[in-house]
Amino acid sequence: MYSFEPNEEQKMLIDAVSRYAENDLRASAEEAEEGKKFPDGLIEKGWEMGILQASIPEVYGGFGEYSSVTGVLAAEELAYGDLAGAMAVMTPNLFVLPILLAGSEEQKMEFIPPVIEMEWKAFTAALIEPSFDFDATDLKTTATVEGDDYLLSGHKTYVPYAAEAEAMIVYANVDGLTQGFIVPAESDGLVVGEERNKLMSLNALPFYDVRLNDVRVPKANRLEGDFEAALAASRVALAALAVGVAKASLDYAIEYAKEREVFGVKVAQKQAIAFMLAEMAMEIEASRMLTWEAAWKLDNDKDDAFKAAYLAATGAIDMVMMVTDRGVQVLGGHGYIREHPVERWMRNGRGFATFTGLAIV
Amino acid sequence: MTIEFETPKPIVQQQYVLKTVADNMMRPHSRYFDENEQEIPWDYITFMHQAMKASGAGSLAPKEKKKEDPGKPKHPPISYQLLAHMMEIISWGDVGMYLVTPGGGLGAAAVQAAGSDEQKKKFLARFMGDKPTFAAMCMTEAGAGSDTSAIRSTAVLDKQTNEWVLNGEKIFVTAGDKSLTQYEQSGKGFVVIWASIDPEAGRAGMRSFVVEAGTPGIKVSKKEHKMGIRASDTVSIVMQDCRVPFENILGNPTVEKTTKGFKGAMATFDATRPLVAATGIGVARAALEFVQEKLTEEGIEIRYGLPRNKLTTIERDIIDMEVMIRSTWLMILKAVWMADNRKPNALESSMSKVKAGDVVTRVTQKAVEIMGPLGYSREFLLEKWFRDAKITDIYEGTGQINRLVVARNLLGYRGSQLR
Ligand SMILES: Cc1cc2nc3c(=O)[nH]c(=O)nc-3n(C[C@H](O)[C@H](O)[C@H](O)COP(=O)(O)OP(=O)(O)OC[C@H]3O[C@@H](n4cnc5c(N)ncnc54)[C@H](O)[C@@H]3O)c2cc1C
Ligand SMILES: Cc1cc2nc3c(=O)[nH]c(=O)nc-3n(C[C@H](O)[C@H](O)[C@H](O)COP(=O)(O)OP(=O)(O)OC[C@H]3O[C@@H](n4cnc5c(N)ncnc54)[C@H](O)[C@@H]3O)c2cc1C
Repeated sequence: MYSFEPNEEQKMLIDAVSRYAENDLRASAEEAEEGKKFPDGLIEKGWEMGILQASIPEVYGGFGEYSSVTGVLAAEELAYGDLAGAMAVMTPNLFVLPILLAGSEEQKMEFIPPVIEMEWKAFTAALIEPSFDFDATDLKTTATVEGDDYLLSGHKTYVPYAAEAEAMIVYANVDGLTQGFIVPAESDGLVVGEERNKLMSLNALPFYDVRLNDVRVPKANRLEGDFEAALAASRVALAALAVGVAKASLDYAIEYAKEREVFGVKVAQKQAIAFMLAEMAMEIEASRMLTWEAAWKLDNDKDDAFKAAYLAATGAIDMVMMVTDRGVQVLGGHGYIREHPVERWMRNGRGFATFTGLAIV
Repeated sequence: MTIEFETPKPIVQQQYVLKTVADNMMRPHSRYFDENEQEIPWDYITFMHQAMKASGAGSLAPKEKKKEDPGKPKHPPISYQLLAHMMEIISWGDVGMYLVTPGGGLGAAAVQAAGSDEQKKKFLARFMGDKPTFAAMCMTEAGAGSDTSAIRSTAVLDKQTNEWVLNGEKIFVTAGDKSLTQYEQSGKGFVVIWASIDPEAGRAGMRSFVVEAGTPGIKVSKKEHKMGIRASDTVSIVMQDCRVPFENILGNPTVEKTTKGFKGAMATFDATRPLVAATGIGVARAALEFVQEKLTEEGIEIRYGLPRNKLTTIERDIIDMEVMIRSTWLMILKAVWMADNRKPNALESSMSKVKAGDVVTRVTQKAVEIMGPLGYSREFLLEKWFRDAKITDIYEGTGQINRLVVARNLLGYRGSQLR
């Protein structure tokens, strides 16, 4: 069967998340970006909706069932509110879901329950490395065996909440294979940079560099499952976030264009603008469909699910840049001014080519 | 309801059969009918007619209502989804030949959309007859393409004989020749003519009329030579005092201050646009698969999973093509799924048509470029698919006209606010 309608539970979730996204995330997005800080309680409130908890089985302390489709539906709604806020609410996912997808039974029982309690706590992951040819499947950070342990060594960047995290998953190269390692924050040799990274957007979200100087972790902390599964889950998450950002830009541009007068008519009545809006809508829909299908394939263990996730992410990277660029263009000079959010969304938009591994559902 | 992307079994079975048709009845003859533009692929036509008659597939003729068995679980409707899949794979075989598939095409669709039950019975039964039979839709005129309000053909009621008298000239009629000319191999077809019953009334005066083959006063006046889809005839049709019975008018015979009749025609397009889009995607997939085969022969593998900046240009192109084709196909599926479930789908239909028009032209253009001397050579079919592709962006509403439909939907505008 083909069907393009979320089920009742998903509809209720979308409804709740979209209210939070609009009333909370969107309402404080500009202040958060400019002040480089989320208002108190904002992220916690998002966490309390229990989106992650709902995708964790009861045995590990959750109250639901893992579903990539549900994850992407929620991620789109969150990002429609604000990308930085969405990523902050979802930061603990970076720790929990790779364990769920690629961890052993013991690891799931031990490490998942403490994270998914009612209170938002910083747990994170370190994947990206500061090099233009960064490739998640060919990492420069290494893990070498020493006795019963691994020694991790390398340089990571773009690690959200690293300074306050209780533990993080560090990805390293084990004989050509990318593998995750559960690393407690207090480990010797794990050095979190003193300064926050400065990025083109996502200013409220604290990112740090992390250096690993022969950090010793027990063999039992290695996630031995398929890293590709976590990578695929990350790709559909980013694709869904991109769709949410793009949709935000389109909707804003539509409202603006229907109000703005030029040459005696609304600017939306000019084909040059109307056609841009039509193309934005089509590209968003195309990307959304590809993302839904990829998520559905992941949920149903289809042979080509990983490839589908890669294609969805690839499509979304181009789509979100194109759409958010046009969002600014529709507003003309006003689009370039920070009073309107379209320029922030365009700065967000360019990031998706870089954000590998910064979100997962 | 829940989000799902599993191809239903009946569709899988249908596609399996149609793939053999495409491989054996279409591909081997593609080149011949491209190079011999005015010849008619009767073997294919006759085969399809028999097959469709036997299975009831692809037909718009009204079916006898089956008795409902309350014990049986109800299956969700998938007839538009079946059609979209059928058109995709047949066009993957050869889109020019797809266009000569008997069954009534747009002509029958117009009767289906605007006709009374009696008219449907009278005009649509013939497609299930012994011989393959054709119908065509005649909207376009030399002075009226996208702007259908400029149609100048007229229909005047002769009260004495109770007949409509049609005058005017139509151009670019797909299958117009096969619909009006009775060949030894074919049954008696018809054309649906759009004409005005009150030229003062603009669109409100526009009506459609069924004119059957053999009616005096109507004839094919020209056969076009085209860039592609050359297996399909595209003709001009002249009407000179062409008389048809009163009951051949589709819709309301009186002029009222409404454009309901016209909206009927546009509703036909909501249903058929995703299907046209599906034909485009069939061609695009053919081109992509050709390129993939040739690369595999050369030992070139596409490294899915690499970051964008590490891919070769060819890898990027192939990946982009896959993204474009798959996402557009899913938009088409959504549009026909909506049609099957009786959800209004004007926006989704037009979106899928615009995307497909863009995608099939870009994919085939890129494919020819990538394949270098192989792409441009008539030794292979790729150059033909490039020529066939372009029509997807032109008929059933050009890319621009469908962008207008999409934009009006997004903005909540009427036609007068954005034209
Ligand atoms: C950083 C900055 C510096 C500037 N410096 C100066 C300066 O020094 N001096 C000065 O005078 N101005 C300056 N401007 C203003 C700038 O020239 C205008 O912003 C620009 O002309 C666009 O006008 P607008 O912003 O009102 O957009 P609008 O005119 O409202 O246009 C909105 C959108 O509609 C499109 N559009 C408008 N009319 C049509 C049409 N007929 N058909 C199709 N599309 C249409 C536009 O292309 C745009 O995409 C500056 C602007 C910025 C952002
Ligand atoms: C092979 C073939 C088969 C066909 N089959 C049929 C058929 O079976 N029945 C039938 O009735 N017709 C048929 N057509 C006609 C087809 O539907 C028309 O060609 C099409 O609608 C465009 O009309 P036109 O060619 O007059 O172009 P025009 O309307 O003159 O358009 C020229 C250009 O202007 C653009 N344009 C027009 N209006 C606007 C606007 N308001 N805003 C922006 N841009 C605009 C168009 O997109 C196009 O790019 C067929 C055409 C071909 C080539």
